[in-house]
Amino acid sequence: MYRFILRRLAMSVVVVFAVSLLTFLLEALVPGDAARTILGQNYTPQAYAQLRAQLGLDRPLLVQYWDWLVGALHGNLGVSPISGLDVGSQVVARLGVTLSLIVVTTLVAAVVGIVLGVLGAVRGGVLGKLVDVLSLVGFALPAFWFGLVLVTVFAVSIRLLPATGYTAFASSPSAWLHTIILPVIALAVQPIAVIAKQTRDGMSDTLRKDFVHSLRANGASEFSVLFRHGLRNAAIPVVTVVGLMFVGLLNATVLVETVFAMPGLGGLAVQSSMQHDLPVIQGLAVAFTVIVVLVNLLVDLAYGWLNPKVRVA
Amino acid sequence: MTEPSEPLAGKASARPARLWRTLLRRPVAVVALAYLGLLIVAAAAAPLLAPYDPTATDLDHVLSGPTLSHPFGTDNLGRDVLSRLMYGGRVSLTGVAEAVLTTLVLGVTAGLLAGFAGGWVDRVISWIVDMVLAVPVIITLLVVLSVVGSNETAAMITVGVLTAPGLARVVRGTTMAVRKELYVSAARVAGLPGRRIVIGQVLPRAAGPIIVQVSLGAGGALLAQAGIEFLGLGVQPPTPTWGGMVNDASQVIDKQPFLLLPTGLVVGLAILAFGLLGDAVRDAAADRGSRSSTRIRRRRAGPVQPVSPEAPGALLELRDVRVELTGLDGNRDAVPVVDGVSLHISPGETVGLVGESGCGKSITGRAVLGLLPPGAECTAGGIFFDGARLTARSRRAARGKRIALVSQEPVGSLDPVFTVGHQVDELVRRHHGGRRAAVRARTLDLLASVRLPDPAAVVKRYPHELSGGMAQRVAIAMALAGDPRLLIADEPTTALDVTVQAEILDLLRGLQQQRGMAILLISHDWGVVADLCARAYVMYAGHIVESAPVLPLVDGPRHPYTAGLLRCGPRSVAPRTMLRAIEGGVPGPGEWPAGCHFRARCPLADNDCAQGPIAMAEPESGHRTRCLHHTDLAKESDDEPIGTPA
Repeated sequence: MYRFILRRLAMSVVVVFAVSLLTFLLEALVPGDAARTILGQNYTPQAYAQLRAQLGLDRPLLVQYWDWLVGALHGNLGVSPISGLDVGSQVVARLGVTLSLIVVTTLVAAVVGIVLGVLGAVRGGVLGKLVDVLSLVGFALPAFWFGLVLVTVFAVSIRLLPATGYTAFASSPSAWLHTIILPVIALAVQPIAVIAKQTRDGMSDTLRKDFVHSLRANGASEFSVLFRHGLRNAAIPVVTVVGLMFVGLLNATVLVETVFAMPGLGGLAVQSSMQHDLPVIQGLAVAFTVIVVLVNLLVDLAYGWLNPKVRVA
Repeated sequence: MTEPSEPLAGKASARPARLWRTLLRRPVAVVALAYLGLLIVAAAAAPLLAPYDPTATDLDHVLSGPTLSHPFGTDNLGRDVLSRLMYGGRVSLTGVAEAVLTTLVLGVTAGLLAGFAGGWVDRVISWIVDMVLAVPVIITLLVVLSVVGSNETAAMITVGVLTAPGLARVVRGTTMAVRKELYVSAARVAGLPGRRIVIGQVLPRAAGPIIVQVSLGAGGALLAQAGIEFLGLGVQPPTPTWGGMVNDASQVIDKQPFLLLPTGLVVGLAILAFGLLGDAVRDAAADRGSRSSTRIRRRRAGPVQPVSPEAPGALLELRDVRVELTGLDGNRDAVPVVDGVSLHISPGETVGLVGESGCGKSITGRAVLGLLPPGAECTAGGIFFDGARLTARSRRAARGKRIALVSQEPVGSLDPVFTVGHQVDELVRRHHGGRRAAVRARTLDLLASVRLPDPAAVVKRYPHELSGGMAQRVAIAMALAGDPRLLIADEPTTALDVTVQAEILDLLRGLQQQRGMAILLISHDWGVVADLCARAYVMYAGHIVESAPVLPLVDGPRHPYTAGLLRCGPRSVAPRTMLRAIEGGVPGPGEWPAGCHFRARCPLADNDCAQGPIAMAEPESGHRTRCLHHTDLAKESDDEPIGTPA
């Protein structure tokens, strides 16, 4: 198990490294570099050369990358040539918004999805059908579009919740809750659908197993059969799916943050992509990759905890 | 082409065609395909079909809702939404095609390469696949777009690249399976098949999984593309795009919220269609669903004929029990699987229930516990415990406390994710309550009583760390946790080695004597039954066909089925008789012949046997048989066993 985790950890480092290198090399392909972007339309060749030297753009690409890498390892992700702001502190400042959205959505989706899935597996009938329909609809609902519909209904028509903006949890928990309710609902629908389907399938399979029959025959309570034994045995694929959903939310949140005008990483990514602000987008790529890699590691650890066979091996 | 590959090739080429046919039998798949087809036609023929120029503005009719001339309304510049949707489809579907093609080329190539080459090539490819899967999609797209500008083709190719690893895995798996298979068949005949054959094998076989992956990928690509366009990073206005139209609508949600609907529905339904298509192909490839899709009709339990217990003093009595199964093989009618079964067990008695598999023994056991499989229902007769009828409620209370179960698969009957201690504790706590230490002490006692060496070590183990014999002892301990008065042992030794079998039988005998517990032993093994039981019932095709104390039953069977079954057991093979099974098989539920269920396989059968239900006869006290010719059988068995080959 430890060897397994170590191997995954080593691979994670390589992934983060590879992503940063690739983004860096892509910069070389850009027709206009940062110096040109800063100078705008009219500039003299001298000014251009001077700025390039100042920004270090005249050095070989790999040297530039090495500098960036050394800086990144010290927590310095560079400076945006467009805004002049430090990339690292920009990322950190906006991380809270994005993480609030993704973590809360994952929790909501896991709880609702698992409850619906269990109900669907156990009750069948109308409720089972409902879970089926819901997982279909949820699967096909684009989060950003659903977010817009939610804004139309709850912010524009009945003015129950704010349409845009974000309040930090630290400054006001209740305002924080108000601002994230709609985005979280928009984001949660698809994960709920996928998690419910997986839970339902997994539970149905587990409940057909011999040991469930034996437990029931020998007097175990139905509650224990369903929630202690059934859910625990069905949990491994569910955890996989929850992990995948978390990663998928990183994608969806970029759009949903834009819909709700929230100052998160997604908004920053879109903005810097439009402005060709490469140091920022590179910092974001690294930040996103680190989050993905960490979540995958957590999922691996959860496997070990859930499956005694993995734990021993 | 080499000869041995021909049957294989034939099978393979038949597969996609069959897949296609099964697919077209599914209404969901047909609807999904039709919708996607409609989108493609509408987009391709947009210049011919679209009622308006998609960029023609009409400032007199801005933001109109649905009208006759504009069925989907107009946007903030008065442009016709329907026409824009049709033209937008061109961009979207082209993009999806670009992504899907990229995925196909990369995924199939990488998968085939990894699967064929194996070794380091496989390791490198698998490693790259794992790595790409860890790359977040949207940020990569934004990086690419920030570098190449608003080039949607580049973006969609990127999406395709990021989707390819999933497909590569699937193709790799299929390739390896085919390679292994061909290796085996090629070893039998000389001449190794060339790679071309293998490719010819792999691609048709992988067609199903590839379509599943591709259609899920297509849905994802469509979503990613709409997202990019919504952010304004893709194809630029005034070219209509679906994502761009959602963005246009989002600017005016306070004025015309309807504008969100048409585009959202078109995109959502397309993603849904791709998803449903993928599911349908998966189901068609697995060829399941014919069963799961048949509704199991929950019939209201009809008025069960009231019967009263007959055997005085019996611990368990079944009277004329009938169990019917609905939804078998897509059949919507209820089919009896157990019919007219009556049996009784006295306190402390060990009774066998013998028969081939499929004759209804286990279902009978499950009926006693009230744990029939879905679709099965007890529709007639009564089951009595201690003289009182078992109802759904009293059964629930009886399980574990009065009646317990040990089943066939020792390791499978334990929950793999909990330790032995945890599982036994749970039942002990359930039946006796008490604090943690007291519960654990009782668990250890129980494990010692089933003669497990070192219970203190066993409680810490997981089921996969136990041998079959140990696991079966744990399963017995769990059954004993509630001090039951009746133990139903369903083939308790079938899955075990012979030496372990003897130990488990010894254990059951010992426990039965110590505890005065009755045992209903379900088995197909006469040796086990003769070893443990005082009496036995023989079951065939849902009926009890003979019952007697074990010795007279084994020595002088009065039913030809029992006689045949006895000859199957090596322990009863007499000199000069050949070891042979009874010809034919047990007729399945719904195929039972009228009259005697056994007559198709019976050497004594004549016309009388087909006339109607055969009643139980009792030629000797306590020895009952459901055979018209039991006197002939008794005579013949004195001379020589029936069916002995000359």
